Amino acid sequence: MSTETVDKPIKKESEPLLSKRRKSIVTDPLSDDNPITIQVLGICSALAVTTQMKPTMVMSIAVIFVVVFSNLSISLMRKLIPGRVRIIVQLAVIATLVTLVSEVLKAFAYDMYKELSVFVGLIITNCIVMGRLEAYAMGNKIYDSVLDGLGNGLGYAWIILAVAFFRELLGSGSIFGYEVFEAIGFSADGWVGMDYQANGIMVTPVGAFFILGLIIWVQRTKTGYIEN
Amino acid sequence: MRQSNYYVILFSVILTVVLGGLLAATSEGLGPIQKKSVELDTKKQILGAVIEVTPEMDVLETYEKAIKSEVVDYNGNIVTENEKGEKIIAEDVNVEKQFDKAPEERLYPVFKFFGKDGGDEVVSYILPVYGNGLWDNIWGYIALDTEGETIKGAVFAHAGETPGLGARITEEEVQARFEGKELYNDQGELVSVKMLKGENNPESKLDEHHVDGMSGATITGNGLNAMLENYFKYYQSYFNKKGTTATL
Repeated sequence: MSTETVDKPIKKESEPLLSKRRKSIVTDPLSDDNPITIQVLGICSALAVTTQMKPTMVMSIAVIFVVVFSNLSISLMRKLIPGRVRIIVQLAVIATLVTLVSEVLKAFAYDMYKELSVFVGLIITNCIVMGRLEAYAMGNKIYDSVLDGLGNGLGYAWIILAVAFFRELLGSGSIFGYEVFEAIGFSADGWVGMDYQANGIMVTPVGAFFILGLIIWVQRTKTGYIEN
Repeated sequence: MRQSNYYVILFSVILTVVLGGLLAATSEGLGPIQKKSVELDTKKQILGAVIEVTPEMDVLETYEKAIKSEVVDYNGNIVTENEKGEKIIAEDVNVEKQFDKAPEERLYPVFKFFGKDGGDEVVSYILPVYGNGLWDNIWGYIALDTEGETIKGAVFAHAGETPGLGARITEEEVQARFEGKELYNDQGELVSVKMLKGENNPESKLDEHHVDGMSGATITGNGLNAMLENYFKYYQSYFNKKGTTATL
């Protein structure tokens, strides 16, 4: 008996900070278990905020922050949370973190706050965040939960940034507000001799559906993932 | 133990207090910074109605030089103090709160633009407007010429219009449609400026009182029209009074 209890913690400590298992907690959601392209969660904000790179970047950071810290808080409390009210506890934690993000944006990046407006608040209803709490943080250790949050946050971030990249490039002819097409000669004085004709559909949410669909297509062709 | 009612209630209470305290502390701590951000943004909007505000511009300094403000009542009289004898500052008048009162009881700020680097003569009058969009309030600033008859520029903002549809009122391209439009017809009656239904209306429909609409955002457009017409009416007596004193 006594040797067993002594053995256990030693075994625990022996797992390196970035063991293979832990690395896969972070990297799995980037591709094989991506919250957007595989689990098809968080689509609403992926369509809504991705017309330009800058707000998408802010949104990504906000979601990563919320999912990491809510995973951390819930994992910290996982042994204390009464089962019957766990969903409401999760919601309260998420709502608090989202409100914090919103308040900070309002104070330090008011333009961004206005532009993202309701979408920051809607992180509360982003299924990715709540899904991770219920599926992972409620039953896993703190450090693993943080890694899981980070992985899923990054998985969400790179997809919406990719969507925003193509939407801003084709819809507005720019990247982070920098006029790419103008720089390579799409203007009256450039070698093309005319302005870049912006693709209007890319500015609307419909454009995001196209891009997202293409990303999912490419990804599933590569990984061979088939939905059951 | 973890399932007992007492535990659930105790846990909920503690969680509420902790999270509530955290939020209250944040709100208190960031409050002054947020207030400054809002003030900067308001001044940016006011200036945006007459000049192009670039990111490099020192908004507060330009505002200081270019804008002098006053507050008037429904009858066009200048108001300097409220009932309690406190001084009224135009920038502090909350147009949103005024909007809840009856039009006759509201305070109406007027921002007089003296040119980008200041000057002796008013170049333009900038009026705040406020109204209802489709989902939430919309507001804006309209720059009029010195007669109060021609629109020189407009900015609009909204609280919750649909992105890509009604939210387009914040786009420069949409706001630019209002430039040069006339408020009064040949008989001198206030007809305001109306946004049409649908987009790409034929040139023949876009006379000096009409601007092209936004497709898919007719209700926001209607709200915008009502807002403009109302506020042009509210400010009418101010301009009338100004006209008579000028001729005297």
